[in-house]
Amino acid sequence: MIRSSYFTFKILRYDAKNPSREPYFQSYHIKVLPGLTVLGVINRIRDEIDGSLAFRCSCRSAICGSCAMVINGKIDLACRTQVATFGSDTIILEPLPNFEVIRDLVVDMTPFWDMYEKIQPFLIRKSPDPEKEIYQSEEDRRKIDQFVNCILCACCYGACPVIADEPGYLGPAAAAKLERFVLDSRDERPAEALEQVNTPKGVWACDTVFRCIDACPKDVRPTDAIIGLRKALVKNRYNRILGLNKK
Amino acid sequence: MLNHDILVVGGGLTGLRAAVGLCDRYNVGLVSKVYPVRSHSIAAQGGINAALTNNPDSRDDSWEKHTFDTIKGSDYLGDQNAIEIMCKEAIKIVYEMEHWGCPFSRFSDGTIAQRPFGGAGYPRTCYSADVTGHSLLNTLYERAVAKGVKIYPEWFVAALCIEDGQCHGIIAQDTHTGELIPVRSKCTFFGTGGYGRVYKHSTNALINTGSGIGMAYKAGVPLKDMEFVQFHPTTLVGTNILMTEGCRGEGGYLFNNQGERFMKRYAPSAMELAPRDIVARSIQTEINQGRGFEHPLGTYIQLDLRHLGENKIIERLPGIRSICIDFIGIDPVREPIPIMPSQHYSMGGIDVNERTASEIKGFYAGGECACVSVHGANRLGGNSLLETIVFGKLASIAIQEDLEKDNLKPNEKPLKMLKDAVLKKIERLTQPGGEKPYIISAELGAVMDEKVGIFRTHDEMSQALEKVIELKNRYKNVSVSSAIHYMNYELQSAIELEYMLDVAHAITLGAILRKESRGAHYRLEFTKRNDNDWLKHTIARMGDDGDPVLSYKDVVITRYQPMERKY
Repeated sequence: MIRSSYFTFKILRYDAKNPSREPYFQSYHIKVLPGLTVLGVINRIRDEIDGSLAFRCSCRSAICGSCAMVINGKIDLACRTQVATFGSDTIILEPLPNFEVIRDLVVDMTPFWDMYEKIQPFLIRKSPDPEKEIYQSEEDRRKIDQFVNCILCACCYGACPVIADEPGYLGPAAAAKLERFVLDSRDERPAEALEQVNTPKGVWACDTVFRCIDACPKDVRPTDAIIGLRKALVKNRYNRILGLNKK
Repeated sequence: MLNHDILVVGGGLTGLRAAVGLCDRYNVGLVSKVYPVRSHSIAAQGGINAALTNNPDSRDDSWEKHTFDTIKGSDYLGDQNAIEIMCKEAIKIVYEMEHWGCPFSRFSDGTIAQRPFGGAGYPRTCYSADVTGHSLLNTLYERAVAKGVKIYPEWFVAALCIEDGQCHGIIAQDTHTGELIPVRSKCTFFGTGGYGRVYKHSTNALINTGSGIGMAYKAGVPLKDMEFVQFHPTTLVGTNILMTEGCRGEGGYLFNNQGERFMKRYAPSAMELAPRDIVARSIQTEINQGRGFEHPLGTYIQLDLRHLGENKIIERLPGIRSICIDFIGIDPVREPIPIMPSQHYSMGGIDVNERTASEIKGFYAGGECACVSVHGANRLGGNSLLETIVFGKLASIAIQEDLEKDNLKPNEKPLKMLKDAVLKKIERLTQPGGEKPYIISAELGAVMDEKVGIFRTHDEMSQALEKVIELKNRYKNVSVSSAIHYMNYELQSAIELEYMLDVAHAITLGAILRKESRGAHYRLEFTKRNDNDWLKHTIARMGDDGDPVLSYKDVVITRYQPMERKY
């Protein structure tokens, strides 16, 4: 039989609208079933103990990407993290790194979305649309499998050591999204479309330390995308030198 | 005051599709209480129905057959003209989404892959592994970014403004600043989703409160067929996370604690792929009669995928596998999945026609918050994603037609008055000392689960009605812990709670009065469908005292006369 027991949740609190108050940890003691998720517990804290606690959530099933945060030092989605997994009755929650905090566990995602929009995150076609579907082989579909699974939760962005030093860096999620289209057999973006990431703050900034892969809750490997984009850029350059680029 | 020609509320598939269809010609604004990609459309798994005939077993499928399956699935309560339109449009919008980049799974000939789904005569459910909603929503959001749709993310809508039979706009709250902003618009379109969270156990996202339905109703728009609530047969025990119908579409079995594939007793020919209302009742019957398995989180039935083999599970149902591993520590490759039925979908909603127009000038609604009705008394799996995109598209066409015809002049004055009323409400909710809102929403969820669920009786539903009325009274004395207006999620929940109570009231009263069993509405005292008295839509309007006043409206029947529904 599962029995409920007491947990201590230490949550880092801060309000950007009241900056004179430094960030501080607030402790909440709550009796929960160990089968409960971190999100389940903070929802109960907000309901029953402290309605002022701010955090984002929606699907509670690891598909909407709302609730990325730092849980006992590890970046993950609060909704898919069981409180029992830590073997400890104390759980520490902090907001996602590499972002400005707005309030408590809510961060300002604007730089993340700006990078997303910058890479033209949509299918680009030159050919007219066929009457039916654009054919794609199962093999070609498989090439984009992992990148299609990205839920834009920004766990990778929070884990990336390059962003910490270089705030204008493209970031792993935007690179993965771009590679998702570059590898899509239906996409016809011109070779020059990749030039915008061919910069020191673009794909060349990555230190390939794989923190993004480690942080991803959906088994996406953004480093694969970055390496893939680098190869494509090098290939484009040779093609240009040899005059092989199609206009 | 902000001004837009067209205001779209909701960043899910319906809202995005409407906005994408209108933004080239009009000044469109899209307000969403979450970033659009966090909307609940993202959680749809199994697929979207369209008679593409790609599957070798569906070569003689057609939109007409899709229409018939949908009408029969609806237990003949769906409006046949609207269902025809939807099933015909289905083929076009699936190709359109594919052209816009949706990464559908493929057959070996390069065409869009299709799997069998419940209640369908042919395998016509197009899918993207088991994350079809995720793939479609990302594609439409990408399209909206490409077209530069003006989006207001994390703006919460607190009230809808209707006066003199015309819609003038909304009152929104910018979650980041707490500021109340009236938005004036000639046309307002709601794609605000369902009300799953009115129930305690639901597959729905936590944001699915049904507040959009409630605020339209409070503003004077009638609701339709609210008593028809879909309970999904297979949700994970405890968390009630959806285990897609695609599990059974790919060949999964249901077992009781006798090791019996019990569906043979309930739907001998369709078996596990009978429509959802039938499978949910069968599972609940097995549980009620002691043939379930015990678990600390509830009694369950087994959904067994093991015989499909590891490769098929990893290729076709990877999302299901990772949900099972993450949330209950079970790998479906090796163990059966413990499932139970729970609330999943709202067939009823804002009363609109096949153009998504309501009876109020300038107010439109589509997707799960609306009731056209294309699902009637029971929705078929794969038809909800379809409805969202089809009716988002049809809304964009209808709104354009109406704007060309009519020069609507929305007024500032009622918006200003409504803003003051919302502010007053916030002041009241932030007075200390009242009851905490979560207590009321928890009691509401529990009573709806227990007494307005899969099997319904007059006595239990009357008790539920009394409870809802009691909770509405207690709501008048609710207060939240913090008086800050920005990033105050408890405050937003408290505002939404009023709408949830109104929605629950309409569901319960409609269910008590409907003395028959049809689709998802099953009465233990009246176990048969009664076409003589009840082949009609329930219409609920909010009366002056805030209680629902019910009337009825004919079902549109074109080609298919009601028959007994056998599977």
